[in-house]
Amino acid sequence: MAEFASLREAYGKALVRVGKMNPNVVALDADLGKSTFSRTIMELGEERFVEVGIAEQNMASLSAGMALSGKVPFFSSFAVFSTGRAYDQIRSSICIANLNVNICGSSAGLSDYGDGKTHQSIDDIAIMSVLPNMTVFVPVDANQVDGMVEAMMNYQGPSYIRIPRNDLPVVTSPGAYRIGQVDVLKPVGEVAVFACGGAVHDALTASEKLSDKGIRAGVISLGTIKPFPVEEVRKIASGAKGVVIVEEHNVIGGLGSAVKSALAGMPLKIDHLGIEDQFGQSAENYEVLLETYGLTAEDIENRIQSLMA
Amino acid sequence: MSAQEELILHLKKKSVLMRMDLLEMLEPGKVGHLGGSSSMIDIIATLYFHKMNISASEPKNPNRDYFIMSKGHSVPAQYAALAEAGFFPKKEFRKMKTLGGMLQGHPDMSTPGIEAVTGSLGQGLSVGAGIAYSLKIMNGWSNQVYVACGDGEMAEGQLWEAASFAACYKLSNLTMFLDQNSLQACGPCSEVMCIPDLAAKWSAFGWDVIEIDGHDLAQIINALNHDSGTKPKAIVSKTVKGKGFSFAENVVGFHNGAMTREQYETARNDLESLWEELN
Repeated sequence: MAEFASLREAYGKALVRVGKMNPNVVALDADLGKSTFSRTIMELGEERFVEVGIAEQNMASLSAGMALSGKVPFFSSFAVFSTGRAYDQIRSSICIANLNVNICGSSAGLSDYGDGKTHQSIDDIAIMSVLPNMTVFVPVDANQVDGMVEAMMNYQGPSYIRIPRNDLPVVTSPGAYRIGQVDVLKPVGEVAVFACGGAVHDALTASEKLSDKGIRAGVISLGTIKPFPVEEVRKIASGAKGVVIVEEHNVIGGLGSAVKSALAGMPLKIDHLGIEDQFGQSAENYEVLLETYGLTAEDIENRIQSLMA
Repeated sequence: MSAQEELILHLKKKSVLMRMDLLEMLEPGKVGHLGGSSSMIDIIATLYFHKMNISASEPKNPNRDYFIMSKGHSVPAQYAALAEAGFFPKKEFRKMKTLGGMLQGHPDMSTPGIEAVTGSLGQGLSVGAGIAYSLKIMNGWSNQVYVACGDGEMAEGQLWEAASFAACYKLSNLTMFLDQNSLQACGPCSEVMCIPDLAAKWSAFGWDVIEIDGHDLAQIINALNHDSGTKPKAIVSKTVKGKGFSFAENVVGFHNGAMTREQYETARNDLESLWEELN
């Protein structure tokens, strides 16, 4: 059993690490810095953390101003707020100007299970991906958060990182993350499962179960949704007969849209598990929500079996 | 002539030249934001040709002062100042808002001297506050940041988020000009969305507020020189939409309208007469 680690804590630690390397790194938050762990950067000095109050639109445009005056801002809030609430500010102040502003969407997907549909982001990947100049990351574990934060700092343009509230198993080694990096966590057999974030771990569990039944399902973590690694994904899929996509996001506009677009014209059976164009809801725990929306390891296992039957 | 009188004459001449530049950008029949550009001219002339530390040869000098046109549709007034200051040649004026032109319809980073993308209203003060925070709080520098907002723009809630932030963080290096020309796209500001007592509102948000006639150069200079202590400064400036273009003054239709050939010639004759008076 792999060790679990918090991606939120990893985000805070990563800010401190890159903040030591680069004195221009500054973190902003809209009264959720204790939850996103962005406040951790205060270890480097009070002025390195900017409490903006509950004003996400201002936070996005402030970050643009900081980037325009030589800083490397990282702003964070829950994913619904840091993306949707500030969408036009991200579009106009940040993306049109192509600034090195880095956005963190925390408690993303269904992971804020208790707070319900207003707080569960099922659209953040879609609305960030559709913006020209934006780069979009979905880390698979805490180590990858660290590598991605450094890549975001170094990349001279806007970027978005999606962080879940829950801890996840550690499946990658510490180290640099290359934009567009594809992690083949289990080699492809007759099936290739493309997933991102927490869904990768459920896909790994499903793959293990299926191997007992004689079905070899590879598991690929796609940590960069944009720019999407089209050629690499096509190459990986060409070795399989069936492709299954899993994401904790609306089936419209997320990982699945990117994978299916990349695989256009290939002779493959394809299935896609995601949230079927609906909002979430409150639940007593995270797992029951995954069951409700058909995103558990068992669901993945069943869908792969059906696809290959 | 006193130094102050000489300065004012110098700025008056710049203002006339900049209004003439607007004519170059907006030939007869070409739709553009003449009203809100002309109401800002005297303020922008004072900033670019008296107050701000800027240099066309080093547009990205870290010691420079910053100007952000939050009411981005009035960017022709800034284009006029930038060209007069040598940031780009005046031959670009005629290509404004044409395909591949350097001068976009709203402020864009591709234009030398433009500091931020604006146009979606309400965002420029936040951008300016972000710059002001970096310069003052993080760097400990004394550069100044100037932002121009419109009175129609005051309906954008984000401005008030920025107002709180700037006062809370004591951004005394930030100055906001409110171009109070009292008209917006669909009519008088008071009818589109009544927002009374703007000066009192900015004061209540913790800003040092100075009320002036935005076409009186001495008042603009004095307001800029006023020491606001640790507060950010709001210069609430009564202006005339279409100022200097007799047919356009206080006319809603010139928020974004086109001049006829006759109106264009009238404006040119008026401005040339004014120029001769000043020389």
